[in-house]
Amino acid sequence: MTLVRQDFREILRLVRPGARVLDVGCGEGELLELLWREKGVDGRGLEISAEGVSACLARGLAVVQGDADDDLDYFPARAFDYAVLSQTLPQVRQPRHVLSELLRIAERAVVSLPNFAHWRVRFDLLGAGRMPITRALPTPWWATGNIHLCTLRDFTELCDDLDLRIEACAALADGKPARPIDPKQAVENWRAESAIFLLSRATPDASAGPKVAKQDLFS
Amino acid sequence: MSDGEAASEIVATGTDVIRFPATTPLRLDSGAEIRGLEIAYSTYGRLNADKSNAILVCHALTMDQHAASTHPVTGKPGWWAQVIGPGQPLDTDRYFIICANVVGGCQGTTGPSSPDPATGQPYGLKFPVVTIPDMVRAQAMLLDALGVETLFAVIGGSMGGMQVLQWAADYPERLFSAICIAAAARHSAQNIAFHEVGRQAIMADPDWRAGEYAWQGVRPEKGLAVARMAAHITYLSEAALQRKFGRELQRDGLSWGFDADFQVESYLRYQGAAFVDRFDANSYLYITRAMDYFDLAAARGGNLAETFRAARDVRFCVFSFTSDWLYPTSESRQIVRALNAAGARASFVEIESDKGHDAFLLDEPVMHSALAGFVASAAQARGLE
Repeated sequence: MTLVRQDFREILRLVRPGARVLDVGCGEGELLELLWREKGVDGRGLEISAEGVSACLARGLAVVQGDADDDLDYFPARAFDYAVLSQTLPQVRQPRHVLSELLRIAERAVVSLPNFAHWRVRFDLLGAGRMPITRALPTPWWATGNIHLCTLRDFTELCDDLDLRIEACAALADGKPARPIDPKQAVENWRAESAIFLLSRATPDASAGPKVAKQDLFS
Repeated sequence: MSDGEAASEIVATGTDVIRFPATTPLRLDSGAEIRGLEIAYSTYGRLNADKSNAILVCHALTMDQHAASTHPVTGKPGWWAQVIGPGQPLDTDRYFIICANVVGGCQGTTGPSSPDPATGQPYGLKFPVVTIPDMVRAQAMLLDALGVETLFAVIGGSMGGMQVLQWAADYPERLFSAICIAAAARHSAQNIAFHEVGRQAIMADPDWRAGEYAWQGVRPEKGLAVARMAAHITYLSEAALQRKFGRELQRDGLSWGFDADFQVESYLRYQGAAFVDRFDANSYLYITRAMDYFDLAAARGGNLAETFRAARDVRFCVFSFTSDWLYPTSESRQIVRALNAAGARASFVEIESDKGHDAFLLDEPVMHSALAGFVASAAQARGLE
């Protein structure tokens, strides 16, 4: 069981049946297929590799080859109920712009990312003086696609700055069920290896969907 | 099919020329009309009982209706024999495939070499200028005549892809899915420029005779061959040319003259010479003109997304090739962004290939598997067996 699978399970729990979902960085379409099969979701994908898109087409998914930095701008506002960005935010050139775009084109965004302030990461840096290699950050520095790593504190501050509301947050850990957390608590910034956020605009417009209680999202 | 035949050779289930009565003319964008329109077409596979499995294949500039069967002039396999056939992405065991020669063409559909009903002589330059929308309108007339109301898919590469986009703009209600390969929503200055070189080569040939060569017993073969040679370069990538020919010589040593010393010269001369056997010079002028005039969004004030608005229920799949510099990926991306903006269900793949624009006609396994996946899943959504 990997962190990504854990991600998917949380996203699956959280997305309304029949919703319109854009999966940014959808890979070979595992999540979109899962959402379609389990929730009847009308899914679209954005994927950078031709092989990934080709695999998605074979699954019957509608996927565009492109990337978050360049292609989100062309989707109309509120085209989706949810935009999903799974472990991809640290890899985009302009995380701030991408995050803002996600919440322009979708009513809610589901964003998961590794926490660079996890205690293991801190100890690796402090003790060994090396770039950390952990379960959430498994790739050596010279091979990773992550160019904008951040901590939970960094991310929640960015959300405040962009006037985004964190509707829910859960810590993800390998092999364990998701654990609802308050991402602004300092202790979580030590404990959470990776986290998944449900975001919306702090000032939602009238078209916003039915309100869902926080405990229903990450129970 | 006998054992002696290549597996990709399938027999057309129909090859015919349909003639429309003078009372049903093809009305053209220019305001002119063609009376007694004839359309030559081939079909492969069978139309199912509820007529829901028809696929229209739109051909490129110099292709024709012989998409999957042996060409009657060249004796070569159909230009898309590797895509159309039993078990292929366009499976003739499942789908009814129609391919028609475009209006303005020279393989049986009315074009500049057809007799003008007013004079009985070939039209020549009296043939009206046709457009991509005119070609599509003629195809719609053919489908009406065949009793095919809706298409499961419309598909084409290059100029065929332009027709696909035009179908989506003009007849979205008749489409379930649309596949546009190596095309653009409008011709660029560079596209027009290359076509103009070809046209000037034809018109500079003394045997062109202001387009009246057909009834003067001559043909502007040299001009048409040069046009083809110039165009052929644009269909290939520099890498493909280099890999295929490099600076290899035809014979040992240079000729110190202007014979075809280099293999690439000999290859182009052969391409030019072979082309004039199967293509009409005036058709080349008319069809390149149609492509140059193509600007899909012009009718909607240049707004491509608005053009696709009515087609948002159509499943789109757009392909481009990394080394295609004639219709580069940026053009396909524009189409896809407009489709996304229109809220259409669009997929897009850029296929890694060094074969240039011509890659869409060649064996490209990634494209074929992606195409097969798209078509099969669309068939499932359409409820086709």
